[in-house]
Amino acid sequence: MNTTVRETDRRQTEQFVAPASSVIEDGDGYLLQVEMPGVNKESLEISTEGNELAITGRRSLPTIEGSLLHHESRRENFRRTFELEPSIDVNKINARIDQGLLTVTLPKAEQVKPRRITVS
Amino acid sequence: MKLIRYQAPELSTWPTLDRWSNLRDELNSLFDVPFLSNFARQDLFSGWSPALDLYQNDDNLVAMVELPGMRKENIEISLHDGTLSISGERKSSSSNGDRAERTERSVGSFRRSITLPTRVDANKVSATYRDGILTVTLPKAEEAKAKHIDVAG
Repeated sequence: MNTTVRETDRRQTEQFVAPASSVIEDGDGYLLQVEMPGVNKESLEISTEGNELAITGRRSLPTIEGSLLHHESRRENFRRTFELEPSIDVNKINARIDQGLLTVTLPKAEQVKPRRITVS
Repeated sequence: MKLIRYQAPELSTWPTLDRWSNLRDELNSLFDVPFLSNFARQDLFSGWSPALDLYQNDDNLVAMVELPGMRKENIEISLHDGTLSISGERKSSSSNGDRAERTERSVGSFRRSITLPTRVDANKVSATYRDGILTVTLPKAEEAKAKHIDVAG
């Protein structure tokens, strides 16, 4: 995969786990969806540096009193970085999180969108 | 972990399934016999299985399930015969001809069942869904709570 939002770093440090994600292409850009259960707007950090998009989500899990009888979830915070395709306009990136699912819209820059040219 | 085990729903138990939500009538039609085989199949072959934790304290059992990106209307919780079942469906977001470039997210139906280690009061079960995490609180039945007995005399 040499186009779109290529993942550049999936190393897991001690504190972080890479969240599951999907990249969907739509006509004017890409839609990146990242699963971050336990993360809300306040505990989410998204930044771009050059053509790299970094997403960090810190989990605020409900505190439950008592002993754990059965355990499958992971406690680590989420972090993942993606390399952005050059056609993406980094100034127009938009993000929103709803019920632990982060959706990032990555629009293509105007000059790379297909355009009809009228013959005069 | 002998008390908790993953349990596929047995066909014979479904017709008498007792949901504690108030949608009993809807349930009866939903779990009509033709559906049963589908549910059993999905349980065995479903592509996604959300992480589930179960806690116990003096008064409650608490189940926590990671369900990012669901709508709460699409989460079904049922309790039958000491087994808690959580099921639901989430839709693919790449509809109308968008093409999925790369996907790690699972879509479609899921079902998780867990056998509870103690009896619970089915009428007092409550659930919240926040930041993609479902928390189900199941108060223990009176007879299942630890009791302190004073020695008389």
